Amino acid sequence: MHIHAYEKIWLAFAIVLILLLLGSVTYGAIGPGVAMVADSEPQIDANALDEDDRFAEPRVEQVGENEYEAYVVAFQFGFEPSPIVVPENSTVTFQITSRDVIHGFEVVGTNANTMVVPGEVSEITVEVGEPREYGILCNEYCGAGHHAMEGKLHVVPEEEFESGGESE
Amino acid sequence: MSDALEAEETFYDAFPEEARVVRAALLGSFLALTLGAIFGIIQTLHRTGLFRGILSSADYYTSLTAHGVFLALSFTTFFLVGLFTWAVVRSLDRPLVNIRITWTWYALMVVGMTMTGISILAGFVDAVDMSADVLFTFYAPLQAHPMFYAGLAVFIVGSWLAGADWFRTWLAWREDNPGERIPLQTFMVLTTMIMWYIASSAVAASVLIFLLPWSLGLIESVNPTLTRTLFWFFGHPVVYFWLMPAYLLWYTVLPSIAGGRLFSDPLARVVFVLFLLLSTPVGIHHQYLDPGIAEGFKFISMTNTMFLLLPSLLTAFTVVASVEYGARQRGGTGVFGWLRSLPWRDPAFTGMMLAGLMFAAGGFSGMVNAGMNINYMIHNTIWVPGHFHLTVGTAVALTFMAATYWLWPQITNKPVYSRSIGLFQVVLWFIGMALMSNAMHAQGLLGAPRRTAEPEYSGFDYPVAFGGFEELNVQIAIGGTLLFLSTVLFIGNLVLTMGNPRVSGLAETIRPALSGPDDAPEVLDDLRIWAGIAVTLVVLAYALPLAAIINDGGLLGPGVGTYPVWIDAAVGTLAEVAVPAAWSLVDALAFLGARLLDAATSGVIA
Repeated sequence: MHIHAYEKIWLAFAIVLILLLLGSVTYGAIGPGVAMVADSEPQIDANALDEDDRFAEPRVEQVGENEYEAYVVAFQFGFEPSPIVVPENSTVTFQITSRDVIHGFEVVGTNANTMVVPGEVSEITVEVGEPREYGILCNEYCGAGHHAMEGKLHVVPEEEFESGGESE
Repeated sequence: MSDALEAEETFYDAFPEEARVVRAALLGSFLALTLGAIFGIIQTLHRTGLFRGILSSADYYTSLTAHGVFLALSFTTFFLVGLFTWAVVRSLDRPLVNIRITWTWYALMVVGMTMTGISILAGFVDAVDMSADVLFTFYAPLQAHPMFYAGLAVFIVGSWLAGADWFRTWLAWREDNPGERIPLQTFMVLTTMIMWYIASSAVAASVLIFLLPWSLGLIESVNPTLTRTLFWFFGHPVVYFWLMPAYLLWYTVLPSIAGGRLFSDPLARVVFVLFLLLSTPVGIHHQYLDPGIAEGFKFISMTNTMFLLLPSLLTAFTVVASVEYGARQRGGTGVFGWLRSLPWRDPAFTGMMLAGLMFAAGGFSGMVNAGMNINYMIHNTIWVPGHFHLTVGTAVALTFMAATYWLWPQITNKPVYSRSIGLFQVVLWFIGMALMSNAMHAQGLLGAPRRTAEPEYSGFDYPVAFGGFEELNVQIAIGGTLLFLSTVLFIGNLVLTMGNPRVSGLAETIRPALSGPDDAPEVLDDLRIWAGIAVTLVVLAYALPLAAIINDGGLLGPGVGTYPVWIDAAVGTLAEVAVPAAWSLVDALAFLGARLLDAATSGVIA
């Protein structure tokens, strides 16, 4: 089969481009450590979340030095807890599930973004910085009130988090 | 390619029966386009907040479902079956085996899509207890009326029979032409259909085994990750199912319109084989953000996806090279000067070229989507519809409209009413889509979600970049309005064309490739080998993820509900109607039995 010289050059260029794209993602995974949402958590009965010690009472919990876990329930049409309050400059692992249909969980303007599927628990870990308020929205169509489904993430100073934690 | 017949005769002259089928398919396609465009303009104005007086925000999702199903499934597939029927008959230069079978699959597709369409549109009417507000992805546990799923099943079965019809026609041709290479257009149709059989088997299984029985109340729940994965098993190759007719046109028709020839027939075959092999084992890249699927499976899917860039990059080369050859045949010179010698006044040529240009842009945003980690920034934001309005919404839709200006006279013997309006229309589409899609990409980077009636929130504002959120809204609305006007011009021009009298002398020639099929290794034409490898790749990519999903969540899901519930209604009504009906049947039979017995005994006595 005859392949024109220019076409061979183009073919080589295309393969190099593809390898570069794959390389960049691989670097992102091993270098900066961008991890995917995966099947790290076992399945859960979406109809019995009130019997689960994480999701019966959605909340933020300290699990290590400067490490926190946020247990979040998405539902038609909101998120619980709202707002989600975490201390500044900490590592936060979100565990998110749904008690009805498929939702999305997106911290607006960041790459903290995951699908939320009933029966599954989505786990994402993020680093939060300075105190700031973020919006949270559902980015998967979930029913007639989808556009009203929103939440908040408050990153607050250490002291405020401590006192807030006690009063709650 | 056999180009004997076009020189004197149009397709209409040579195959009047088949021309009627092609016309019917294209008209079905354009009806869907019209409906889709009406919902499109309503949504553009609603979502951007410019005018929310037509629909309530709850009904927006009914409209969005209709827009997606009518355009992504109906418009594309009906055009495809029309074009493929034309391509098979033209390139084999023989009629279909049995035209009654052809009309049967056409009727099945019409009936199926009508059922699905009615179940969606009923959502606008409160008095009718039926809706299917599930969007074209129909993710469980959101549930549609059973008729929605049943219609889809009938529609897909219709498309399978269409494929069988073309395969039979090809087999009949092979009997008469032993040892000959498969004509290029038929080769393209057959490889695309093998891909379609593999891909649509998953959605058919999802609909028939899970979703339809579930909506009828026969099973209580489904596993949302499983039905979602089966959807995307089909949902990515369906993208190539839309795109392959456009590729067929770019490879076989566009070079001839440009006054040239296809650069290389063998490489065109290689490209279609690559699409057959790589289109399906990539669907999990739509699920990078899904819990319940291991990272390794996502990585494999990404690798396959990136290699799927190869056939499209090869196409970019071949199509541009073929067009350049055409320009030089027309006397074009210089490094870029040849561009001036192309037939830019021809709406078919300009439309297809602009569509190809936009496909390049869509390809670049697609590379972002395909990157597992950067995908987190834009997943389910309006960036994604921004991307696929460049691909299916322009590369495919604009190519189909442009090609219609060339094809319609071939299948009707009627000249196009106005080629200048046609030219204006395709350019208008390009401008409208440039505005709308660019602003959608930009809003996506701000974090604005897709699939929402009201993207503004009470608790926060979007960050400002590339112009504010509101400016981008205006850009989307202007772009969407231009696209609607462009569709109106297209449909109007076509309707006026249909009123033209039939004339002769409209026949167009498709010239054979510079480097012909004899240059290609024989093995390229061995469809069994390619189908076998394609199935193997799919099994490799999907067996483990599907096994893991079923193993973890069960076939029918880990305790998941139904929203809204059609179950109780269906079973309740069924019980209310069925039980008395069964009893009256028993009564009637008893009565009939008694009368028969009477008659018999009286007969015996008499």
